[in-house]
Amino acid sequence: MKWDTCDPKAAYVLHLADDALILGQRLSEWCGHGPILEQDIALTNISLDLIGLARQYYQYAAEIMGDGCTENDLAYFRDSRAFKNHLLVEQPNGHWGDTLARQFYFDTFHFFQLEALSNSTDERLGQIARKAIKECAYHAQYSAEWIIRLGDGTEESQAKVKASLAHFERFAGEFFVPSDVDTQAAEKGWGPAVDALRPAWLEKVNSILTLAKVPSFNESTVARTGGKAGIHSEHHGYILAEMQSLARAYPDASW
Amino acid sequence: MVSEEALWKALEGVMDPEVPVLSVVDLGVIRRVAQEDTVIHVDLAPTYTGCPAMDVIQKRVEEGLAEFGPVVVHTVLDPPWTTDWMSEAGRAKLEAYGIAPPVGKASDKRSLWAVQPTVHCPRCKSQNTELISLFGSTACKSLYQCRDCQEPFDYFKCL
Repeated sequence: MKWDTCDPKAAYVLHLADDALILGQRLSEWCGHGPILEQDIALTNISLDLIGLARQYYQYAAEIMGDGCTENDLAYFRDSRAFKNHLLVEQPNGHWGDTLARQFYFDTFHFFQLEALSNSTDERLGQIARKAIKECAYHAQYSAEWIIRLGDGTEESQAKVKASLAHFERFAGEFFVPSDVDTQAAEKGWGPAVDALRPAWLEKVNSILTLAKVPSFNESTVARTGGKAGIHSEHHGYILAEMQSLARAYPDASW
Repeated sequence: MVSEEALWKALEGVMDPEVPVLSVVDLGVIRRVAQEDTVIHVDLAPTYTGCPAMDVIQKRVEEGLAEFGPVVVHTVLDPPWTTDWMSEAGRAKLEAYGIAPPVGKASDKRSLWAVQPTVHCPRCKSQNTELISLFGSTACKSLYQCRDCQEPFDYFKCL
């Protein structure tokens, strides 16, 4: 497959990039559909931050891979199996509570992941993370506030967000199950040992869920895995179809 | 050879496309400008990773310095841009323009994740304001409203 890579560092950077791009793409679907203008703008702001972050990672991965590879090749000309994003980020937006539950689990993970990446032995990854973590702090604050607002809201909002939070538990577990690429990255000090991020994540998530007056994260939920190995849910192909169709129909098109 | 002073002076005339009262110098995005041989090198720190204005800013910097010779703009990510680098003059200009300037220091990342700063209204100066939305009309701003004069206003958030 073109633009797949066996280089462990490139593979790790691509995993980071794919999370940011796929979630950024998902959030962009809200553009023009938010419940009110401010929230529409908020989600598209977050989307923009994530796509900007994805570009930083893809540019770096393309440099490592060489052979004329560009960020556009990596975003638009790889197939689903080459993408190594977590299953969580490709899940459909659903209703507002679904989107914010997905975002809340991800942002909280993303913050601790970037905090660890800020001390990466890889200089470039450290630079990218030290920049992105400041933006991520705002994302995490925003999604946590919404979980509290919905949970500690009306009977209907609480019932809905409780179901959303429970639904995404199975996907959040994948964060902390290391893939081969994660393990190698941790050994080299490029990134964190993902299982070690779990206690801090759980503590933060549960502190917000308590404020939201909804049940704590159910630790016995079995984690669904596969995303980091390129085995995605059915949704993934549809995301790529929409995101990549223009670039593939008109290669080298420019604005 | 152009003096660094002249280059900085020229950059003071290069305005941010989205906050047109701020120059790139006020914004603190210029980390270094110097002429080496004939080429002028500019180190530019992007504000937000995905900020669509960055491409325009880069282009304007190139145009603003073109009279002195060929310009090469280098994007520098590290240390990351922070609102702490915004000049005092820039903060005053922002407020006069109706945008509340950033409150406090951004150095502690975990603090960005917690308490809301007290932002005063750029119009009536009241401290009695509330956050409407963390994310505003551009990546760098939040939306607030003054409870006294009722005006909604932008807040340039700490980063």
